Amino acid sequence: MGKISNQQVIQSLTLKFGDRISVPTEPFGLLTLETSVDHISEVLRFFKEDKELKFNYLTDITGIHFPEQEFSIGVIYHLHSLSNNVRVRIKVFLDGKAPHIPTATSLWEGANWMERETFDFFGIIFDGHPNLIRILNVDDMTVFPMRREHPLEDPNRVDKKDYFFGR
Amino acid sequence: MMNHPIFTDNDPQKETITLNLGPTHPATHGVFQNILEMDGERIVSGVSTIGYIHRAFEKIAEHRPFYQITPLTDRMNYCSSPINNMGWHMTVEKLLGIETPKRVDYLRVIVMELARISDHLICNGILGVDTGAFTGFLYLMEEREHIYEIYEEICGARLTTNIGRIGGFERDFNDIAFAKIKNFLIKFPPILKEFEVLFNRNRIFIERTSGVAPVDPETALNYSWSGPILRATGVDYDVRVNEPYSSYQDFDFDIPVGTSGDVYDRYIVRNEEMWQSLRIIEQALQKIEKEPKGVFHANVPEFYLPPKEEVYNNMEALIYHFKIVMGEIDTPKTEVYHAVEGGNGELGFYLVNDGGRSPYRLHFRRPSFINYQMYAPMSAGMLLSDAIINMSSLNVIAGELDA
Repeated sequence: MGKISNQQVIQSLTLKFGDRISVPTEPFGLLTLETSVDHISEVLRFFKEDKELKFNYLTDITGIHFPEQEFSIGVIYHLHSLSNNVRVRIKVFLDGKAPHIPTATSLWEGANWMERETFDFFGIIFDGHPNLIRILNVDDMTVFPMRREHPLEDPNRVDKKDYFFGR
Repeated sequence: MMNHPIFTDNDPQKETITLNLGPTHPATHGVFQNILEMDGERIVSGVSTIGYIHRAFEKIAEHRPFYQITPLTDRMNYCSSPINNMGWHMTVEKLLGIETPKRVDYLRVIVMELARISDHLICNGILGVDTGAFTGFLYLMEEREHIYEIYEEICGARLTTNIGRIGGFERDFNDIAFAKIKNFLIKFPPILKEFEVLFNRNRIFIERTSGVAPVDPETALNYSWSGPILRATGVDYDVRVNEPYSSYQDFDFDIPVGTSGDVYDRYIVRNEEMWQSLRIIEQALQKIEKEPKGVFHANVPEFYLPPKEEVYNNMEALIYHFKIVMGEIDTPKTEVYHAVEGGNGELGFYLVNDGGRSPYRLHFRRPSFINYQMYAPMSAGMLLSDAIINMSSLNVIAGELDA
């Protein structure tokens, strides 16, 4: 039960950003939009500092990897406007070879460890982050383990192949 | 930034002492390492090193069908596993569009509130121990044991519960379980009252905790705090109210908030939440009386495993059993975020599904991880003994911190 609806959020967004953000979707009522790496800082700042929207709470930052896409690495922000009780999800897709994105630590101190975790698992470089080092994995790890090219189980196992399940 | 303090320079000019607090220090109650620069008893600066019990749950989850991910969630915040379990079930139910019957919702509310009580019991009990009062801890541990006995009656397990299934519960609560819950509702309040009498106005306790590690709401929000520690600063954010799940909107309860966000306020907020949880459980028991008896799962044969005897005797049940276990059922290709109010704050599940047997990506928004990052910065300038009780009142659970 938000005080402002998703429609109002979309309206003020399109007024401000026009075509710099994608057409928003609403899976399960959660407003989801995509923007490019050039505009992400601006979009996040607008969300946080706009007088009406007041998305002052950074719920989460995480990454995702779609190896078959051209822009294969994604960064996903979940923001929450506590006073309006509305959530929004912002996605940015980056070039998989050298994923760089501006940090959000200048807006939220809490982004620090979230970005470190995302870096640790996906190798996304958050430009301007004060201390971008591994956080959960060991320091001398050389890979980014949550990327899809690192399978969890022994690839030689034959009993879990997709064709056994009709796929 | 230093990450290996043992090798810091032993320059005779250096006036501070490097102190390794952890990873296995008895006062930190878990695997936490903090590398502190000490000037006498005061902390000058600190660096938290985490990840000692990282078990790659997010990676493992990408290779498991939905119902096998529940045991992973147990092992995050193991002081209140049922909340994690229910949060995960509700995420999948949201994804699959399963509507649970009201009775299931109320049963879940009972289990989740019991879990919240046991979580807060640990935290406040341990806070007493860390401030030098062992008595309260021992009083409360007996009650936690009773909560565990209720879990045992419902699902057979005590700590890592794996309670419930997608769509409901694996079996109905039996009469003994209800009797134990009712007994708990009678036995527990006097003991909590006694605990409060021991602590709330205890001068030693107040002087030890009041004014220690105060946090203002702006800083707390800036660090994305959630849960009791955020409410202790005065922000009335509770997922149960903001986005009611599992029919929390049917219940009448208050959200306690503090004013200064110090250790004492957090203690008071947690205690008050236990009273509110008791209120909720009482209401839930009354509401269950009015619901049709024996309903303990949603009617979704394609997602809820049929009873074993039917699998052996009924063709349809066998087919569904096979399909569920083999993961042959189509699931929507979409993404879902679901949050529940865990013992420590907003526990979120971000699930990206590609229609396969297991999630394409599953991310846990773990409140302990996000709450803990302020620990080292806020410790600067604090006494070491204050930093210890600050950590115990943050109630960071190592399993949830590291996932």
